[in-house]
Amino acid sequence: MAAAFFLFFSWAKDKKKTLASLKFAWKSFRSMALLVVVIIWVIGFLLAFLPPQIISKTIGPEAGFKGVILAALFGSIVLIQAFIAFPLAGSFLRQGANISAIAAFVTTLVMVGVVTAPLEAKFFGKKFTFWRNSISFVFALLIAYIMGVVLR
Amino acid sequence: MKKGLLSPTFLFALLVANIFVYFSNPGKALAVLSSSKNYLLEMLSILPPILVLIGLLEVWVPKRVIEKAMGEASGLKGVLFSLFVGTAGMGPLYAAFPIGASLLRKGASLFNVTIFLCVWASIKIPMILFEIKFLGADFAGLRLALTIPSIIAIAWVLNTALRRSWRYEKN
Repeated sequence: MAAAFFLFFSWAKDKKKTLASLKFAWKSFRSMALLVVVIIWVIGFLLAFLPPQIISKTIGPEAGFKGVILAALFGSIVLIQAFIAFPLAGSFLRQGANISAIAAFVTTLVMVGVVTAPLEAKFFGKKFTFWRNSISFVFALLIAYIMGVVLR
Repeated sequence: MKKGLLSPTFLFALLVANIFVYFSNPGKALAVLSSSKNYLLEMLSILPPILVLIGLLEVWVPKRVIEKAMGEASGLKGVLFSLFVGTAGMGPLYAAFPIGASLLRKGASLFNVTIFLCVWASIKIPMILFEIKFLGADFAGLRLALTIPSIIAIAWVLNTALRRSWRYEKN
């Protein structure tokens, strides 16, 4: 909606510039589209073969340190929208899941994206992508550890 | 040249894999397609408007404006600005990649763009409300309180590690 609004404004002010910006948008869309479809399809596979039950088993109540690491790995790999992920995490928590594991899962879920890494690398380069994701992973574990200690 | 062929190859491999799964377990194959379809629709509703906005940004916003707001010399104000712009973000992280790249082109510093990306990924008002609802205010609040300094630290480490070799190249 905001895009339509600004577009209208821009069009009224300068048609040539507006066309140039639309051309830019179209060019970036074309350069991203195929990769995005691939990523989305991979996510489809992941979600079908890694159903919540398996995740809940791994990061459930009995999960110890290994569970936290696994939870962080799960969070890094899968890509779930917040409105699915939070209720899911909440239900794990009520079932008695380890707080650190849940924190690790939620934090890596939003911060680390293995599946979207090719797209990130396309825009920022491989080195940036590798470092941003791995440093974020380490910090997610740190956050998870602190949360486990504080909220016990 | 090789790079251009990578995605189509993967696409083909996924198609073959999906057909293969269909013959061994039709339900699974359809599940793959239906969740992919949902994500595709989500992406189609988010990406085009964002790209249009980036296009407008590219054309209308002069380089020195971004440079001043988020550039190397922007200091604390730049950090706060990046934090703010990141929370205003909508949609998944992949939508933020082209925006971040565009900001870099316009002279924003690597440090601030990293902050922008990480904030976009992890701190959004509706998401926080959602987290509070399902995981409790203690959990959400503490996670938020820990996430903000972590993001600054991540950006700092990344900036220090990459600074020397960093050159922003188009594509």
